[in-house]
Amino acid sequence: MTLLQVNDLKVKFRTGDGIVNAVNGVSFSVNEGETLAIVGESGSGKSQTAFAAMGLLARNGAAEGEALYKGKNLLTMRPSELNKIRSREIAMIFQDPMTSLNPYMRISDQMAEVLTLHEGMSKKEAVAEAARMLDAVRIPDAKARVTMYPHEFSGGMRQRIMIAMALLCRPKLLIADEPTTALDVTVQAQIMDLFGDIRRDFGTGVILITHDLGVVAGFCDRTLVMYGGQVMEQATTSDLFERPTHPYTKGLLKAVPRFDREEEVLQTIAGEPPDMSRLPAGCPFSPRCSIVKERCWTDRPVLQKEIGHCRACHADLQEVA
Amino acid sequence: MSKAILNVSDLRVTFDVPKPGAWPWTPPRKLHAVGGMSFDVMEGECLGLVGESGSGKSTAARAIIGLAPISGGSVKFEGQELAGLAGGQRRKLGSEIQMVFQDPLAALNPRMTVGDIIAEPLVTHDSSLSRKEVRKRVQAMMERVGLLPNLVNRYPHEFSGGQCQRIGIARALIVKPRLLICDEPVSALDVSVQAQVVNLLKELQRDLGLSMIFIAHDLSVVKHISDRIAVMYLGKMMEEAPSSELVSNPAHPYTRALISAVPVPDPKLEKTRPRMVIEGELPSPLSPPSGCVFRTRCPMAQESCAREVPAKEHIGSQHEVACPFHARSAEAMPLAV
Repeated sequence: MTLLQVNDLKVKFRTGDGIVNAVNGVSFSVNEGETLAIVGESGSGKSQTAFAAMGLLARNGAAEGEALYKGKNLLTMRPSELNKIRSREIAMIFQDPMTSLNPYMRISDQMAEVLTLHEGMSKKEAVAEAARMLDAVRIPDAKARVTMYPHEFSGGMRQRIMIAMALLCRPKLLIADEPTTALDVTVQAQIMDLFGDIRRDFGTGVILITHDLGVVAGFCDRTLVMYGGQVMEQATTSDLFERPTHPYTKGLLKAVPRFDREEEVLQTIAGEPPDMSRLPAGCPFSPRCSIVKERCWTDRPVLQKEIGHCRACHADLQEVA
Repeated sequence: MSKAILNVSDLRVTFDVPKPGAWPWTPPRKLHAVGGMSFDVMEGECLGLVGESGSGKSTAARAIIGLAPISGGSVKFEGQELAGLAGGQRRKLGSEIQMVFQDPLAALNPRMTVGDIIAEPLVTHDSSLSRKEVRKRVQAMMERVGLLPNLVNRYPHEFSGGQCQRIGIARALIVKPRLLICDEPVSALDVSVQAQVVNLLKELQRDLGLSMIFIAHDLSVVKHISDRIAVMYLGKMMEEAPSSELVSNPAHPYTRALISAVPVPDPKLEKTRPRMVIEGELPSPLSPPSGCVFRTRCPMAQESCAREVPAKEHIGSQHEVACPFHARSAEAMPLAV
């Protein structure tokens, strides 16, 4: 069953330098128990897509389009309605575990707040449940540590607390925005293992926003590649890595150094990521594309289904391969 | 291999940490950020330093360049001892050893133009140069690192992260150093830009015959750019070997765990290869474990590991490992790659 269906989502920000088009017509869906990866460089609009769906845009931002959760549009909902869905049905894990927790509140109070508010539990029950959840994310000695403050935990532990907090109300959909970027690889491996267990035990759908293609390869069913606020390509993860059909995806996969291979020179994508307030009229990737054509500059390609892939590119499949 | 340009032996860096709530006169606790590290950097070679955050790799680099106090051991640059060198003499060596920092934007003064930023080391170390000559060299260097020379009067905020890192590299190389220390130069950059900067560094190193110390937590990047890799954990060296040897034949359990934890962008391989997730996190450097510092997380730990500090052992021509049980690691911790 489809949990979240996003149709033609657009996000704009009013800034002193004019309007910044962060997201320009993004569509995708997530099914129950499925893991979708949203991959892209910084500024590609991957985080803003999630923020828009959760009603968390900054005050100067505005979202258009549709984000349907079980048929109801999240974008037009009143805050009171949205609050019933947030955390109970959809929960979010933020990038920086250091700054996403309130430093003045004990972990027990921060976690119990969610439960007393949404589930109507008493404080005592809520704290006990919080301790149980900390235990589930493998924080040693959870009962004693639930009353500690965030600064008493390490980065990896804080990320576990964030995950535990997101799971308190057993959400159907979990949105994780770069959950392991701030962590070391050994701790990242622990956290990704934990995500795998959660998916299995709770049947939660997961949207994983990341720039690390390695993490995507090991964890996600489907992958969405974003660039310049648009979807460039979408396919099952194994398909996308094996047969990328978009020049950007192809370049991205080649630019990652791999320790299991010997390469003399890394292949690069020439140029820099685009300025979102001055996007080209056509394909946002055209200034950096190696097989750019005349019409790419003026004509924005639409996402089309071809051999199991969805791709937004004017070039033929043979040209990309 | 040619002669060594830098010899580091038993380098120690210790910081004083006051006890919370203690009287001012109670002696502070000692934090051993680097606890006895030895390595050489050969001429024209790139040595990679890898390890988790808190392993002391940045502190070691900062001690070499003089940004952190050397508390013990010796650091010799071309035979000259750097520890305990007076300010004036130390400064003369500034043109020989240069550094590229992690955060490209934070490392540049926002109130100086790019031209002034790149020229500053040159003017500092050679005050006899005329303005015209300085400008000429700055523009030549900008071109060399892939920046348009006509951007010389712009300010850092007008550049992207990748371009700022190029400015940082130009600033380091303008005085023609012999040794370049790069502290996580690409970890703040996007994948597509990261590859450009890695290629640039590799090309510059080859063309200018630079010796380099390349610090990163990303094993894939380090392996790509370095000739030799040293793996650090909690201020100690665990293993040192030529890059391809270290990746294909890692002997230390920590190196094996680190390699296993690096995700490979290949769904088939990633789903089939055996994974060993080491539990727990880096212990506090204020109270490091006795004996081998890795024993609290090591899946192969024995009782004897708590008693004896493991000595470095040669197991190949350039392969050294600090674990008495390294022979069993391949069996106990299998790797697919």
